[in-house]
Amino acid sequence: MSDSPAASAAIEVRGLRKRYGDFDALRGIDVTVRRGEVFGLLGPNGAGKTTTVEILEGYRERSAGEVSVLGSDPGTRSRALRQRIGIVLQSGGIYGHVTPREALRHWARFYPTPRDVEEVLTLAGLQEKADVLSRKLSGGQLRRLDFALALVGDPELIFLDEPTTGFDPEARRSAWETVRRLRDLGKTILLTTHYLDEAQELADRVAIVKDGRILAIGPPRELGAGASHYRVAYRDHGGQLIELQTEDPTSLLSELTGEALARGERLEELSVGRPTLEDVYLELTADG
Amino acid sequence: MADALILTWRQYRLERRMFWRNPSAAFFNFLLPLLFLAGGGIILSGNQHDLNRLVPAIAGMSVMSTTFTALAYNIVFLRERGVLKRIRGTPLPTISYFGGVAANAVTNTALQITIIVLAGRAFFGIGWPHQWGSLIAFLLVGVVSLAALGVAFAHVIPNFESTAAYVNAVFLPVVFISFYVFDSKSAPGFLQNIADALPLKPLIDGLSAALVTGSSLSGNLDALAVIGLWGIFGLCFAARGFSWERTRG
Repeated sequence: MSDSPAASAAIEVRGLRKRYGDFDALRGIDVTVRRGEVFGLLGPNGAGKTTTVEILEGYRERSAGEVSVLGSDPGTRSRALRQRIGIVLQSGGIYGHVTPREALRHWARFYPTPRDVEEVLTLAGLQEKADVLSRKLSGGQLRRLDFALALVGDPELIFLDEPTTGFDPEARRSAWETVRRLRDLGKTILLTTHYLDEAQELADRVAIVKDGRILAIGPPRELGAGASHYRVAYRDHGGQLIELQTEDPTSLLSELTGEALARGERLEELSVGRPTLEDVYLELTADG
Repeated sequence: MADALILTWRQYRLERRMFWRNPSAAFFNFLLPLLFLAGGGIILSGNQHDLNRLVPAIAGMSVMSTTFTALAYNIVFLRERGVLKRIRGTPLPTISYFGGVAANAVTNTALQITIIVLAGRAFFGIGWPHQWGSLIAFLLVGVVSLAALGVAFAHVIPNFESTAAYVNAVFLPVVFISFYVFDSKSAPGFLQNIADALPLKPLIDGLSAALVTGSSLSGNLDALAVIGLWGIFGLCFAARGFSWERTRG
């Protein structure tokens, strides 16, 4: 679909810094998002995820650093760039007195090559609510409209800022499904989230952000595997769950099983696990 | 350029559609001045001297409520709801957005003034406007100035909940002082000075000349200049401090 080489980056960020007064919100972010990938910025609230994304979207000016989005500097707020991106804000409202179909038809006119409105309504799962005034839609339905409005211009790159915060489990699943469908359409997606499972489910690569810095970056699975230790767990004869961490599970297991056999006991529920993204995340973002 | 014009038209169409779907906005911004006109007309019926003052006063108030009040409300609401921020992230040109919003306000002003002129002819015994050129000049400058002041005033309003308080804190005193000084020959001097310095009283004076007395535009250039100065002030502040997003709390 895109005539640009697939190998080129959708987003390039080098040494990005942002100061608010004397608070350093971003302290040197370096990240590259490839075309066609779903990239997750994962981190606790206040880590700098939204600030980063809003600089990339052209809402905020950076204090220092180099930023390129689809080959342009978003700080210039060029209309040509905005025609190629779609934005789902953390809390973007919509007119109360229009229906999703009307809003999408209106939005579609902003773009040179919009998608078909009916198709977008279907993609977002809004067919049944297409002619209901948006003030009567539920939170989950409004979020679908957010997606639909971001998609109707057929953007190459989509920003999703905390797309499922405050959702019930069913609404989250349905939002995830939409993101997967977008990836299948070949879109590049930059997603921020503070939900680990969301990053794990959706993102091809994840950057863990804290205090305005990137602490780790890579595919969710490899982030876990890249950690230095393994986790060995079992239940002792008193029924207590014991968890041990080791860099050398082979010798630890030999030691544990040897001792247990010597005592004539069994190691109930013995398991050896590689650390999950969750373990890495908690380790990296722990205070102190 | 052609594209921006088409998008302005689209935005305007959307604003019109939404306006009539929102009954409370339609009531406060549109029907209220007309109800005052009807109520005043009933009370003052038979007294041509008072009717001659009622019609231009309500016309001036209409201009203020369809532009200043309506825009301040709208912009604060859309800003706090995050609609402005969303629009800012689309390729819709800023000029097209504001063009559509302003054209919507101007349409309301034009509709109201038309109704008031027709009512003046049909029920209030003041005939057709005597000075069309003067009427158009005052409406034009009045609409631009009060619309700009409404947008500028939106910056001052911190959140949607307090919009009514802020807007009425300006709208009601300005209307009362302006109506009082316009109607009364014996208003205290300092009140007259205040009213003459605010934009509404000069607007009512100009509309009165155009609709009722027939005195020429050249005799009311001072009034036009006062409104124009407010307009320049309003435009500067409207453009300067415009905020597309809720300020972080």
